[in-house]
Amino acid sequence: MSGRTEGGAKERGLSFRPKSYRMNRALRLIRRRLLGALPVLLIVVVGSFLLLEAAPGDAVDAYAVSLGGDAGMIAALREAWGLDGTPFARLTAYLWSLLHLDLGQSVAFSRPVLDVVLERLPNTLLLMGAATALSFALGSALGIVAGSRPGSFRDRFLSIGSLALYAVPGFWLGLVLVVIFTVQLRWLPLSGMETIASGKTGFGRALDIARHLVLPVASLGFLYLALYLRMMRAGMAEVWRMDFVLAGRARGLSRSRIVLRHVARNALLPLVTMLGLQSAGMLGGSVVIESLFAIPGLGRLAQEAVGARDTPLLIGIILVSAVLVIAVNLLVDIAYAMLDPRVGAGEAQA
Amino acid sequence: MSDFRISRRGVLAGAAVLLASTAMPSFVFAQEPKKGGRLVVAADSEPRNLNPAIVASNGVFFVSSKVVEPLAEASFEGEDGLSPRLATSWEGSEDGKSVTFKLREGVTWHDGKPFTSADVAFSALQVWKPLQNLGRVVFKDLEAVETPDEHTAVFRFAKPTPFQLIRNALPALTAVLPKHVYDGSDIAANPANNAPIGTGPFTFAEHKAGEYYRLARNEAYWGENQPLLDEIIYRVLPDRAAAAGALEAEEVDLAAFSAVPLADLDRISKVPGIEVVTKGYEALTYQLIVEINHRRKELADLKVRQAIAHAIDKEFVVKTIFLGHAETATGPVPKNDKQFYTADVPGYAFDVAKANALLDEAGYPKGADGQRFSLKLLPAPYFNETKQFGAYLRQALAEVGITAELVNNDSAAHQKAVYTDHAFDLAVAPPVFRGDPAISTTILVQSGAPDGVPFSNQGGYKNADIDALIAKAAETLDAEARTKLYYEFQQKVAEDLPLINVADWGFITVARDTVKNVSNNPRWAVSNWADTWVEK
Repeated sequence: MSGRTEGGAKERGLSFRPKSYRMNRALRLIRRRLLGALPVLLIVVVGSFLLLEAAPGDAVDAYAVSLGGDAGMIAALREAWGLDGTPFARLTAYLWSLLHLDLGQSVAFSRPVLDVVLERLPNTLLLMGAATALSFALGSALGIVAGSRPGSFRDRFLSIGSLALYAVPGFWLGLVLVVIFTVQLRWLPLSGMETIASGKTGFGRALDIARHLVLPVASLGFLYLALYLRMMRAGMAEVWRMDFVLAGRARGLSRSRIVLRHVARNALLPLVTMLGLQSAGMLGGSVVIESLFAIPGLGRLAQEAVGARDTPLLIGIILVSAVLVIAVNLLVDIAYAMLDPRVGAGEAQA
Repeated sequence: MSDFRISRRGVLAGAAVLLASTAMPSFVFAQEPKKGGRLVVAADSEPRNLNPAIVASNGVFFVSSKVVEPLAEASFEGEDGLSPRLATSWEGSEDGKSVTFKLREGVTWHDGKPFTSADVAFSALQVWKPLQNLGRVVFKDLEAVETPDEHTAVFRFAKPTPFQLIRNALPALTAVLPKHVYDGSDIAANPANNAPIGTGPFTFAEHKAGEYYRLARNEAYWGENQPLLDEIIYRVLPDRAAAAGALEAEEVDLAAFSAVPLADLDRISKVPGIEVVTKGYEALTYQLIVEINHRRKELADLKVRQAIAHAIDKEFVVKTIFLGHAETATGPVPKNDKQFYTADVPGYAFDVAKANALLDEAGYPKGADGQRFSLKLLPAPYFNETKQFGAYLRQALAEVGITAELVNNDSAAHQKAVYTDHAFDLAVAPPVFRGDPAISTTILVQSGAPDGVPFSNQGGYKNADIDALIAKAAETLDAEARTKLYYEFQQKVAEDLPLINVADWGFITVARDTVKNVSNNPRWAVSNWADTWVEK
């Protein structure tokens, strides 16, 4: 493998790194990334606080729209909800409670933010996870089909088709799927996460949820499919020109073996990077899809939090999302380090 | 009142016949009601407080009116337009200082405790008067509630209060809360505000945030053989396009409050098995108004306000924005109100030339660029129609040389800009006419409203004549004399234009034709649905 000298490997006189070394490297990577994440989270918290502060009107104004009330009542509400101090005082109070791992109380739900967020998180994770799996698996598979013979008819067809799909807005795709599969064919349920108050449990319930997720996952996943497809295809087109592919051919390897073992495998690495980057993008896309399909997830919750000017809730959501994105990227880094020994070696030694 | 006047109800019912002509037979032939079944209703929002005694608004009533009942409900047939609920009779005294309610016997709360006059006294004094958005106005002079026995409540007022007003306020303002649940607690923060306990035909079963509300049949309901439904599910569908799809896919049985956008009605009315109903909102009339900031020098000039009124083509607004599902307005009382409306007010016909002439007269000639002055226009974000009217008004004002800068805010920002900071010149608002001008209409023009109160006079308008008229009507006991004062009120408002009334609209219900007894009272969407049933 790598020709560079490295302490542990040399002492043991091994020409490749043992498993324990690789684990160590991964652990150090995790530690470094987590430490690096702290300032990111702080910036996220302060940034979103300031943004909400800049929006006209606060939680009491949002509430007064339905309730009315005179100045005295409004002032009393501001005090009760802790909105009467200066922005700086409120921010420091919030950061102080955050330091104690307390995400605070949601104004709109009158419940702890963490409870509200954790209630919605599984739905979003399920939606995002399934959509990511769909777009990654289908995208890279079709990318291999397209990239196995760059410039062929099926390559052109798949590339153009995926681009067209990518250009379609998510909500429109969702609406079209609804019209076809729910309104016309009646194959799939329209919206929600599961059949309301159905009393189903276990496998029956899992199946029910899966049926409800088909359309939202398809509308969200198809959008990102094109990215993976095109990336896979472009990567493969490049690898085809490499010397080792030529060498493989010279050795008389079968075409399918070259495509799968040599070309596709080497083109896969950038896709893993993309996977990490897309996790953030998908959180954004899920706001629209969650509203359209009435899925109680984080995206819709964030939208409601903005409308109600529920600062603690919104920051809680953003914080949890940021942690999610950081975690996904960390996993991607680890996967990357596993796939390509060159990556992270220098960092882990430091 | 004149008999030749075309009633709004008649017109709307006519429209319903046209729209639902294919599905009419099920309307006409009475069927034997069947017990049981589930009704699934589309809901577009989840109010943060579900207590109708504190937040008297239609968004809250839509769910909670099935759980918590008022003293009386609006009715098409009943005397004074009312039918009894928790009160069986009501009587005002000669001097206007007391009202006696006889209460229904044998009623129990959902937790099994008996309902008594103490609950009514508690609700009136501790909740409606101090905490409720509308009760603060109507019950401001309520001094005490005597409870001579368990089924009699006597309201005592410090100042003579018209019985007519109290009567008209019964459906929307008098949701009765259980004293034993609320007494001694912080009423505004009581957990029952989000899981209401009432006497209604349905009990509050569960709320899964972002998904649904479930109401279950109250087996101990006082109504004979009521309710008919086993349960009502409110499915939260935030996307308006989804509501129409859900009806077509038979996942939802009913969508009220125009949850199906007006533009989709034509198409959906042709779908077999779906009815479009325009009845059932007669006592929930929304008014499209232009709020005016009188602190602005140009707008303080009556001629300018008249010019703006002449610049608006009300017929066009009704036809294009409301697709015909509205009526043009002449003043602060909608045409469909049988008690108070008068057509005898100054009118402002659509006349661009006249508007231009008035602006010239007022001393604001067109500049070299054809512009006179510019205004900040803030349409309320609550309805598609208010936003669309904002866009229309900008164009209409441009026709007479007034540049309007359109500022679109979300709810919280609009509330602060218009009602707290008064940072607007013109605003578009959708206040509700609730059957009596004194409930939520006179405060739109009366002076002295504290800052921050939505749907009140925040435009700095002050007219001693109108204030005096409102004050006089508030203590005039004779219904006829009081109605006359409100005729005068309408004339004065139309004459001086503290605000401009453009159109009045009700909502549309779209339901599957298996749902029966839909829209059988003038506040149907926010009534208790005890007699609603589904055909299986």
